[in-house]
Amino acid sequence: MGRYVGTSVKRVEDPRFIQGKGRYVANIQFPDMVYVAIKRSPEAHARITRMDTSAAAAMDGVVAVFTGQDFKDGGCGSLPCGWLVPDTKVPDRPIVVTDRVCHVGDSVAVVAARTPYIAADAVEAIEVDYEPLPTVVDARGAMDEGAPLVHSEIENNVSYHWALGDQEACEKAFAEADEVVEIELVNQRLIPTAMEPRAAAAQWDAASEEMTVWTTSQNPHPIRLLLSAFTLGIPESKLRVISPDVGGGFGSKIFHYPEEVIVPWVARQVGRPARWVATRTESQMTDSQGRDHVTVAKLAMTSDGTFTGLDVETWANQGAYLSTFAPLIPTALYITLLSGNYKMPGVFGKVHGTLTNTVPVDAYRGAGRPEAAYLVERLVDLAATRLGRDPLDLRRQNAIPKEDFPYQTPVAFLYDSGDYDRLMTTAADRADYAGMRQAQAEARAEGKLRGVGVVCCIEASGPAPSAVAGSLGSAVGFWESGEVRVHPTGQVSVFTGSHAHGQGHETTLAQVVADELGVPIESVEVVHGDTGRVNFGMGTYGSRSACVGGSALVRSAEKVRAKVLQLGAHLLEAAEEDVVYDRDTGRVHVKGSPESGKDFGELAFAAYTAHNLPEGMEPGLDFVSFYDPANFTFPASSHICEVEVCPDTWEVRILRYVAVDDVGKVINPMIVEGQLQGGIVQGVGQALTEIGAYSDDGQLLSGTLLEYAVPRADLLPGIEVDRIETPSPHNPLGVKGAGEMGTIAATPAVANAVLDALAPLGVTHIELPLTPERIWRAVQAAGNGA
Amino acid sequence: MFPSQFDYHRAASVAEAVELLSSLPDAKLVAGGHSLIPAMKLRAAQPAALVDIGRIPGLADVSADGDSLVVGALATHAAVADSAAVRSGCPMLAETAAAIGDIQVRNRGTIGGSLAHADPGADYPAAMLALGAEITAVGAGGERTIAASDFFVDILTTALADNEVITSVRVPCVAGGAYLKHRHPASSYAVVGVAACVGMDGGNVGSCAIGINGVTGKAVLAGAAAAALCGGPASADRIAAAAGRVGDAFDEPLGDLYASGEFRAHLAGVYTRRALAVAAERAG
Repeated sequence: MGRYVGTSVKRVEDPRFIQGKGRYVANIQFPDMVYVAIKRSPEAHARITRMDTSAAAAMDGVVAVFTGQDFKDGGCGSLPCGWLVPDTKVPDRPIVVTDRVCHVGDSVAVVAARTPYIAADAVEAIEVDYEPLPTVVDARGAMDEGAPLVHSEIENNVSYHWALGDQEACEKAFAEADEVVEIELVNQRLIPTAMEPRAAAAQWDAASEEMTVWTTSQNPHPIRLLLSAFTLGIPESKLRVISPDVGGGFGSKIFHYPEEVIVPWVARQVGRPARWVATRTESQMTDSQGRDHVTVAKLAMTSDGTFTGLDVETWANQGAYLSTFAPLIPTALYITLLSGNYKMPGVFGKVHGTLTNTVPVDAYRGAGRPEAAYLVERLVDLAATRLGRDPLDLRRQNAIPKEDFPYQTPVAFLYDSGDYDRLMTTAADRADYAGMRQAQAEARAEGKLRGVGVVCCIEASGPAPSAVAGSLGSAVGFWESGEVRVHPTGQVSVFTGSHAHGQGHETTLAQVVADELGVPIESVEVVHGDTGRVNFGMGTYGSRSACVGGSALVRSAEKVRAKVLQLGAHLLEAAEEDVVYDRDTGRVHVKGSPESGKDFGELAFAAYTAHNLPEGMEPGLDFVSFYDPANFTFPASSHICEVEVCPDTWEVRILRYVAVDDVGKVINPMIVEGQLQGGIVQGVGQALTEIGAYSDDGQLLSGTLLEYAVPRADLLPGIEVDRIETPSPHNPLGVKGAGEMGTIAATPAVANAVLDALAPLGVTHIELPLTPERIWRAVQAAGNGA
Repeated sequence: MFPSQFDYHRAASVAEAVELLSSLPDAKLVAGGHSLIPAMKLRAAQPAALVDIGRIPGLADVSADGDSLVVGALATHAAVADSAAVRSGCPMLAETAAAIGDIQVRNRGTIGGSLAHADPGADYPAAMLALGAEITAVGAGGERTIAASDFFVDILTTALADNEVITSVRVPCVAGGAYLKHRHPASSYAVVGVAACVGMDGGNVGSCAIGINGVTGKAVLAGAAAAALCGGPASADRIAAAAGRVGDAFDEPLGDLYASGEFRAHLAGVYTRRALAVAAERAG
């Protein structure tokens, strides 16, 4: 057992963050730097009939003004999509449009100026005439006969159709079902709201012809690859991409954005460093957004409550263009999760990816999995109501038993490990579920609208076996690199392809390596986010950094240990089998005599002096591993939420929130708890307050934080977090992803609680978010309430 | 979020502020800046010049004057909320100030700025109407006093002339008052805010005034509802019946993504009932 893994080591990155010493892209500053600002389309769909940039170009302090044609003529390629399911229709996505805008916020022209104020004035001085074109914003309506086309060459606005599951078993289940419950629901669009807006900076070295790009990315290496191969055209060997401190991503900073091309291209054109930082308004209208599904589904069961089939059809809004991983989210990260935590033979799902005049949609915390969990968990509650069963009992009855792992679902995934019954009983004990139900009965007797929501949710985290990803449509692999470089003094630099933007990798990955080598954590430094320093890596999303990135480091540390052991045996003049590597101290010593040994530092130094190495051993102590996971990991959760709905203002008050999660082995309990708490708050935001709404003509109605309601601390009481551990059997750390489970489970937990509270009024469904007005209208529609 | 170019002038006195406003084209007054500056950063407002009155001495005082309170135009919301004179003399005014925005807004935003801006979702206007406040302003023609009921003209529009500067607000001390709001989950503005004043005459309600903001373009007095409560006891039934009359006060309720006009009207009834109950209890 290590000394650090499993303990709440304080985050080593926090002192710099809380003292304002973090270094973000917006802190990158060079003499003579130009500030880039971008003219954004106010129209959702229009032809540009005239553009006049002369007034802007003539303004004092304006260095240059560029149009879409300039970028095209200057060698910029269109933004590619990195995940293509069969027969995907990919609309062209230029860096800056030339003749037609497809969503509010589309880039129309670019200004470089001496100050950001001048740049903003110049943007305003650019005159653009638009001839409006018909718009479509609705995921399902986009496919209607006669709906306006977002791109004339893409029929019915359909980018792709995709289906997965055992259709025959599904049809049989419904044919033989005793009971069927059905639902039609919307999983509303969300706008990711990272604290730090997106930004990019660039510096061109004309002598060496090297470009350095700083960007707020969760994955600098894939961005370098895309810049080099598709959009900017500078060879990877001459291109360095740095993601320094990044203030939150939640998925929205995975993707390759136009500004990452615009800024370096402008820097090279004007021969000066350049920087662009999004305003919050720009973030709202250009960061790839999340969710936005319309779904029709039904669940089949026997009269004793055994689930037998699930049939799902979903229309997934992809926005005006396909963002980098857009088709992945509603396919291989959504349909594959529809089996939930339940044993059901007949699961079948199909999805239609549609294009609309809205901001592109891609991964947002949870990404596909929250959509699946919300759907499945609502259906299970409807089933419990239909059967007159307690929703927790019905879930326990159908949960995959622990002896069935690894469990093959009908929708491709092989769940690695789990104990869902223990998860639920632990949550029930922790929440005093029976007591909550008793209190609910008493509250109802007093006329109060008290509800209890229970969920059991599944996640697939730690993507992904590269061959599997390739077979599902990915253009890239999902392995991770990890390098452990032991310096001659015995200090250790760890280079990870994972990227931290709030997760605390500088702490957790140091814990892992310190334990693997038996060295003090203070002597381990974690380096990430710089293609100039780190081996090619795939970055951080899908809760993969511990599972995949951590495992790569374990592999490298194993190689270090093997070499150190061999060298130690040689220097101790003992046979390798007669010495041991003590992982508590990092010492190599002769078995049974710890006093006759060599310290880690001594051995590291010996590896570098190379005065006395075993026959054939190379000098140095530096190993790289590329770890391709054998499978996803499958975290699970059971959350219980207790709410009360005010019977006249219809506000929802959360009384208690109990979360029991299984994220496998835990490296740092404090950080895991923080991830779960933050994730839960985000999930509650979807349930109660957040909605990215468009008018029919494609105007974003929640375009500022005056309208878009991110959750605040007073939305929730203290969250009670507990865990069980079923280690993942296929990675060396036994870990599963912890970053998204909270978000996935919280939305249905709150929704189920609110609908349970409203059940006496005859309300069975309300679209999210559950705002007072939506509840009020549902109660009125059910014929109750004032 | 970069405002367009503007000139900046700091006025040393009210007279200088009036003079600058009169002489500069397209000038706007700024005090705490918590409505104007965000609008400028969004370029929704692009004044050619700002006249800053924030450092004019003596304009931030809050004091009792007999049965009234005199609140200087530059008094911040936090200062009003924390003022001992306000808390004892007119608790509802302190309650209103404490309900505004968040702590940063309350530490910078001023009562004069809030009233002059006349945002439909602002909190003070309902309280001013219900309390029957008087707003003192100085312009080129000298000082005048404007009754709150004449002050709010329309959405973001007041009775102030372009070169008039609010200097103070006079508020009668009312024990039986309450302000309750339904807070917008994003902006913290009042979706509906109800200020109720109740004066008891023996066992019956002798006087009642109800100001409501958030529902329509300007804050309004719910006269019919207030009248319905007078002349009888402040019983739960009578309060509920009175609250049922608030709809008479709204011509065209406003709607947005969060709450339609219809729902705001519903909420106005709920909050009126609640505010009347609290006000009546405080009235004793």
